[in-house]
Amino acid sequence: MVNEIMQTTRPGASTSSTIKSVVNNLTFRYGDFQALKDINMVVHEKQVTALIGPSGCGKSTFLRCFNRMHDLYPDNHYGGEIILHPDNENILSPNVDPIEVRMRISMVFQKPNPFPKSIFENVAYGLRIRGIKRRSILEEKVENALRNAALWEEVKDRLNDLAFNLSGGQQQRLCIARALATDPEILLFDEPTSALDPIATASIEELITDLKNKVTILIVTHNMQQAARVSDYTAYMYMGELIEFDVTDTIFIKPKNKQTEDYITGRFG
Amino acid sequence: MNHVKNLKEIRAVISRHKRWDSLFLVAGVMALMIAILTFIALFSHMLIDGMPRLSWDFFTSFPSRRPEAAGILSAWVGTTLVMLVTAVAAVPLGVAAGVYLEEYAPTNLLTEIIEINVTNLAGVPSIIYGLLALGLFVYQLGLGQSILAAGLTLALLILPIVIVATREAIRSIPVAIREGAYALGATKWQTVADHILPYSAAGILTGVIIGLARAIGETAPIITIGALTFIAFLPPAPVQAEFPFLSFEWLMAPFTVMPIQMFNWVSRPEEAFQANAAAAGLVLVVMTLLMNGLAIYLRYHLRKKIKW
Ligand SMILES: Nc1ncnc2c1ncn2[C@@H]1O[C@H](COP(=O)(O)OP(=O)(O)O)[C@@H](O)[C@H]1O
Ligand SMILES: [Mg+2]
Repeated sequence: MVNEIMQTTRPGASTSSTIKSVVNNLTFRYGDFQALKDINMVVHEKQVTALIGPSGCGKSTFLRCFNRMHDLYPDNHYGGEIILHPDNENILSPNVDPIEVRMRISMVFQKPNPFPKSIFENVAYGLRIRGIKRRSILEEKVENALRNAALWEEVKDRLNDLAFNLSGGQQQRLCIARALATDPEILLFDEPTSALDPIATASIEELITDLKNKVTILIVTHNMQQAARVSDYTAYMYMGELIEFDVTDTIFIKPKNKQTEDYITGRFG
Repeated sequence: MNHVKNLKEIRAVISRHKRWDSLFLVAGVMALMIAILTFIALFSHMLIDGMPRLSWDFFTSFPSRRPEAAGILSAWVGTTLVMLVTAVAAVPLGVAAGVYLEEYAPTNLLTEIIEINVTNLAGVPSIIYGLLALGLFVYQLGLGQSILAAGLTLALLILPIVIVATREAIRSIPVAIREGAYALGATKWQTVADHILPYSAAGILTGVIIGLARAIGETAPIITIGALTFIAFLPPAPVQAEFPFLSFEWLMAPFTVMPIQMFNWVSRPEEAFQANAAAAGLVLVVMTLLMNGLAIYLRYHLRKKIKW
């Protein structure tokens, strides 16, 4: 098992790079339920960081702190900080508008969730709410985003078609294009392939690897092989705690923590 | 051997259970037939009585003492104008209230009380609305026995229907779509205007039409506020030849509506007026069916591009 993973891990994951974000003593509560407990971690710039762990351990909860998604619902409480570099801003601070955070950090959801609008309007929406109205600018940025999401060739002749007419994998790439169009600093993925077939999954994974040059990526996955294939850093979470965080190769080959090892080797539910 | 016995038992059990299937099938079909046959009987009765009276003249004549000369001109014009006022008043109010309750209202006791009340309002007898309107619109606000007063009264009556339809249409939008908009940095208002409202438009429209289809047949509240039963003139035309071309005088005009016209004719002793009543009823039923048909059409065809 361990050997298999070693082979699938991409070589050359660099261990030294700029820090994009620092998570300090992050806690989170849904009402009275403590979903995240004292998480400390760093996110490296233009690297892929994977969050793994058993279902219900708090991966999505953690990810959704990064774009203040929890602010949409009542009775949610953050503690600690998520510092964004280079401006050193704590994005969890009550003084920071969640909308500002969401404009800096984009998100791709578990199930493709295109709007019931045209392909073009889906990608353009983020630009439109930033006040971009000029058709030529919109067209240029939409094309760029679609190219970056490896979807342009497939849809360039039918930009006015409804997004729902695309296949599941294409819809997910459309959602990636939509998230990319606004040039985010961090791109969040919450199990982006769990609703897709293996071929679509492979193309999304390839895309994530390509995108690394442009944007910092944080990805939740329940699939360990996926984490091994796409990520440079991996965080293992269990029951709301960050058990181990390290370079992906280290996590998968010689984890320091016994719990991590049990999970990685499948000795654990 | 054992297996054969087993099989027999299984088959016996299945056929015993299937008896209930057939029993229910018969009961269900019968229940359905009772409902449908009653409607068909009523409708065909009206058709036989009223059909001979339906002619162009019937639509273009004012009521008259002579049954063969009487028509529904003032009634259908009145109904159309009252419905217009009802829709113009109920749609923005109902949609705004529905959007507020779904998207903006904090979850607390007050909101809960409001929600329960809105649902209960739909069950309040319509004559109560008539009484309320008589006091509020007719006397307090001095609107008199006008088209405006009637339209606002019926708007109140269908407001709960519009609110509930709006909320249901909004609620059927998946959380993921809403979160998708917010995740891109949309404000609440942008999410409502660019997503929530357009995606729930078909459902809201259906609710509005169903509400109007209910309002069109309402008699009690309209009588309560004092609609005339005999009216031989039309309200002032909304479009005029001279500046400023548009006129809102019609809003304050006295009026009658289809069900009241019908009621008036039904209560006449002459046989010939009964035929007029049946013909008016026919027109009213067809109007209602057309509105319901439109609602069904909208539901299936406007929602075609939205599937979740
Ligand atoms: N909206 C919520 N309200 C209350 N508890 C929640 C909510 N969402 C998730 N949880 C709980 O928080 C824990 C972590 O959930 P989640 O972050 O979705 O896990 P994961 O993504 O790792 O499967 C789970 O125990 C879950 O039941
Ligand atoms: Mg999750």
